[in-house]
Amino acid sequence: MAGIVTRVRPRTDARSQRGSEEPAWVRGSLIAAGGLFAAVFLVLPLANVFWQAFSKGWFVYIQAIRHPDSWAAIRLTLVVAAITVPFNTVFGISAAWCIAKFEFRGKALLTTLIDLPFSVSPVVAGLMFAVLFGLQGYWGDWFQARDIKVIFATPGIVLATIFVTFPFVARELIPVMKAGGSDQEQAALTLGASGWQTFFRVTLPNIKWGLLYGIILCNARAMGEYGAVSVVSGHIGGRTDTLPLRIDKLYVGYQGAAAFACASLLALLALVTLAIKSYLEWRADAAHAQGQSDVSESDKTPNP
Amino acid sequence: MSIELRNVSKRFGDVVAVDDVSFSVGDGELVALLGPSGGGKTTVLRMIAGLEMPSGGDLLIRGQRVNDVAVQQRNIGFVFQGYALFRTMSVFDNIAFGLSIRRWSRSDIQSRVEELVGIFGLGGLERRLPHQLSGGQRQRVAIARALASKPGVLLLDEPFAAVDAKIRQELREWLVRLHDQLDVTTVFVTHDQEEAMEVASRIVIFSRGKLEQIGSPRDVYEQPVNEFVARFIGVMNVLELTVKGGVAQFGQLSFPSHGKADGQTLRIGFRPYAIKVSRNPAEYPFRAVLKHVFFLGVMLRIELVTPEGSSLRVRISKEEFSRLGLVEDEPVSFFIREYRVLGGDGEFEAHANSVLPEGFGEGI
Repeated sequence: MAGIVTRVRPRTDARSQRGSEEPAWVRGSLIAAGGLFAAVFLVLPLANVFWQAFSKGWFVYIQAIRHPDSWAAIRLTLVVAAITVPFNTVFGISAAWCIAKFEFRGKALLTTLIDLPFSVSPVVAGLMFAVLFGLQGYWGDWFQARDIKVIFATPGIVLATIFVTFPFVARELIPVMKAGGSDQEQAALTLGASGWQTFFRVTLPNIKWGLLYGIILCNARAMGEYGAVSVVSGHIGGRTDTLPLRIDKLYVGYQGAAAFACASLLALLALVTLAIKSYLEWRADAAHAQGQSDVSESDKTPNP
Repeated sequence: MSIELRNVSKRFGDVVAVDDVSFSVGDGELVALLGPSGGGKTTVLRMIAGLEMPSGGDLLIRGQRVNDVAVQQRNIGFVFQGYALFRTMSVFDNIAFGLSIRRWSRSDIQSRVEELVGIFGLGGLERRLPHQLSGGQRQRVAIARALASKPGVLLLDEPFAAVDAKIRQELREWLVRLHDQLDVTTVFVTHDQEEAMEVASRIVIFSRGKLEQIGSPRDVYEQPVNEFVARFIGVMNVLELTVKGGVAQFGQLSFPSHGKADGQTLRIGFRPYAIKVSRNPAEYPFRAVLKHVFFLGVMLRIELVTPEGSSLRVRISKEEFSRLGLVEDEPVSFFIREYRVLGGDGEFEAHANSVLPEGFGEGI
């Protein structure tokens, strides 16, 4: 009765019999071209970051990272990410929920607005906040009267980063939620669950892989953002420099090894992000493939 | 628990999905909501569940008006068309969901789920995820989940649509037995008249948001209130005849004119079993050619083509077919034992279900 679930993957044969297959030399040269391109433009520069970081030895590397201004930059970057990512996670889930499960006036507009930060240059995004909150800006006087610093301070950096990383979570979740429909949520309601219980016990488990994927992308961008932050930060060493700004400052100041040392931290973050992303994609694929494979089994109706 | 709808309507924007529907379901009944797709039957079911709000009218469960009672408080079990099992939860957790929401103790949940697993023949599958189950198993999990907290009403939306034909038959019989055993008021939606006839004790027929008829399977089959019901429940042959000289005629076929004036059209309908056929061309008044024979098991469906070119469906038993010695593509004579007069706009005439006087039409 109990069948063993076996997933048969189509084996890709080296010598395919398909008539539409390109000749071997075409495939070979295409793969070689792709590989060469990736090596020259992706792998080599990344390896070079680490190479340059350690070019003057471990001591200089550690020194560069332990410099008070670098430490301050690392801390600020972490603080900004710690505020930005949860905010955009909550926003992303609610926006995706609205768009995927409800029909309302202005839905198309909201969908377009979510994409706005992707289409606006980060520098322009920074300038928008400078115009609003800066000393000469529209709301600048109001904030100055209350002694609240927004521009050239942490709040401005957080605002700019939130704007730039707005779309990541929502864009990941909208297709996942649309595909899921709302039947399971309705089923939970008929079983007595409240809205919150339904969300935490049914919706969230269903979207968790997509959500995690969106969060790590959001985090990577929040930590790596340069353009928008650069405009609102004011570049005050040890106070309003984030890690990317600090790297730029060191590099421009002819401290190449120190710049690359800090850059290696961001590069490392990128590699970790990629690794997690690949893992999550693999998990999601596996879950999807399992969902597709139907277990056919002797199906006898019991006597009640 | 009894359910009652009083003049219930539902509008989605400008579309009237349910139009002034009233009916009631008694305690412990098994009722089918039947109709073509888009007929409003699923909307009615969802309103009973509380998943849709009526735009007008009153909905009563056990005599209490529940229009404003939230879905969570209505104490109903709902089985969705695609089952809507929680795909990240095991069979056990799916069935236990409603119980843990209602804060049952761990041991009570355990014993209730075990009981249901036993009733529904799901033993050994408790740890499986929904995608590791067959269609029939999924459906049973969905029903078990809906019944776990012992609701007073079980509502099923197209419960057999998603399983293949062979299992469907078993599931129908199983649902009837389950209903007898659990004695829970059950309402299910279907577009399949055969399914409704076989499973339900009463059938509510919908068309375009309106309730057409409510009655036992036998009632709606034998006493359909209008042409829609007659044609939806089973097959009906329909002929259009012109009244001339007090007799409605269509070629050789003629019927009493039922009070229609000359030149008017008279439409008559008759069931396939109401036709008598003979190999002897002189035995009955009307002539036709036996065109096709379809073997459907015990019963046969044969098609007669009249000289006027209309084809009539006839249903006779296998025994009768061989007793009569009918042969395909041979001329036969036939006679319509029983027919109804259909109104122009689908309404039945008051004197419907007339029996053609024996011998009428002879010598014409």
